[in-house]
Amino acid sequence: MSRAESRLCGPDVMDELLQDLARQITEGRMPQTPLCLIGIRTRGVPIADRLAELIGGAVPPVGAVDITLYRDDLGRQGHWPVLKGTDIPFEVDDAEVVLVDDVLHTGRTVRAALNAVCDLGRPARVRLAVLIDRGGRELPIQADYSGKLLEVSTGDRIEVRLTPIDPADEVVRVGP
Amino acid sequence: MSTVPASAATWTRRHLLGLEDLSAEEIIAILDTAESFAEVSDRPRKKVPALQGKVVFNLFFENSTRTRTSFSLAAKRLSADVQDFSASTSSLSKGESFIDTARNIEAMGSDVMIVRHSISGAPHLLSKHVRSSVINAGDGAHEHPTQGLLDLLTIRRKKGRIEGLTVGLVGDIAHSRVARSNIWGLTKLGAKVILCGPPTLVPRGFEQLGCEVAYHLDEVLPRLDVINVLRIQAERQQRGLFPSVSEYFYFYGVTQERILRSRPDVLLIAPGPINRGVELTPEVADGPNSAILDQVTNGLAVRMAVLYLVSGRAALANQPD
Repeated sequence: MSRAESRLCGPDVMDELLQDLARQITEGRMPQTPLCLIGIRTRGVPIADRLAELIGGAVPPVGAVDITLYRDDLGRQGHWPVLKGTDIPFEVDDAEVVLVDDVLHTGRTVRAALNAVCDLGRPARVRLAVLIDRGGRELPIQADYSGKLLEVSTGDRIEVRLTPIDPADEVVRVGP
Repeated sequence: MSTVPASAATWTRRHLLGLEDLSAEEIIAILDTAESFAEVSDRPRKKVPALQGKVVFNLFFENSTRTRTSFSLAAKRLSADVQDFSASTSSLSKGESFIDTARNIEAMGSDVMIVRHSISGAPHLLSKHVRSSVINAGDGAHEHPTQGLLDLLTIRRKKGRIEGLTVGLVGDIAHSRVARSNIWGLTKLGAKVILCGPPTLVPRGFEQLGCEVAYHLDEVLPRLDVINVLRIQAERQQRGLFPSVSEYFYFYGVTQERILRSRPDVLLIAPGPINRGVELTPEVADGPNSAILDQVTNGLAVRMAVLYLVSGRAALANQPD
């Protein structure tokens, strides 16, 4: 049975959210410290790409982290998840790393991403930027920069859709 | 065939016993997974927690240095607990059976058994009697699937593809488990395989596996995209399968002169250990066409991928097939 979908925002609002997020990152960045963005696969990566273009000054490098091997539920599913690969072609040592994801929910994905990034080096500091914070944390993790806070029921799913992965830019609530 | 979209989600096996049983999609799924693990080995901290809490046993009933070390390191990089088992110091020497030995090891909580045995089919037999995942690390003259996979990964990384390539396996084909795994893997992914060596070491029967058989290396050299040099083992020479090592080297040794008569971008691989001056010369082994050391690095990534994939299936089923 299909689940009911309701659109929470379209391309115009998405642009505004991204510009606001980029502004927060620019204002909060450490002076004299190289900035880099690392998107959490899958949809954290195109968001990081867009933020990099919107951030003032030199365009920061963008990487991608696959948190599969760091998941705390690995082995609970039928088959191992497909690895999409981590691709961070720059040094994270002594850099300011902004982890980027589409939706912040339980905090477990971010916990895994933090472990993955810390295995690559020792950043000066790590900040978390999310397009949507929907609450429902299971770990003590909060976003430093967020585009929009949403209060949704536990059974709802928030999906961020972005071109070129998806047909259009939108945020959708999928009902239980 | 290599254009088949692959996904580790297609992997449903609890064991890796050989490449003969695998589909092209399954082989590509392993290679694609290995690509992700290759990145782990480039990190300052070469370890991920994927197999934390899993116990991996190396059951080597036949000598091995590089394969056992590679599997051990691969398992450790996935954070598994690894225990080596040596047949010579085990209760096998007191008369305990192969299966009973494995069952005792399983009672210690093994999740994965990596098995090397001089008898073809030993890992297959074991897989029917234990709940652990079984990975074949070489069984007699039958298969050495992870060697075949690491050869495939090396070729794909160096050449960008496997489909459409012509790969020559040169040397002792008859007794080589590496040759069989390579034949299955390469042909399934769309490569042409030419087997080359003395008639005593390259029986015509291999043509039934879809290979071309040749006895004159110089004639086939210009057609090869890849030369895979297989080891001539001292024990075979004593059985008179060819007149002398020097004569073998004269007809089949890969020399710099032969490389110059090959395609400029010909790729040279060898499963090792290599015998310099027998199957190939030192300048070829260390030359620009050689990917012998890349194979060792890729072997680690392949074994991490295989351990990862079979462990996922084991977590689901944990029942004998």
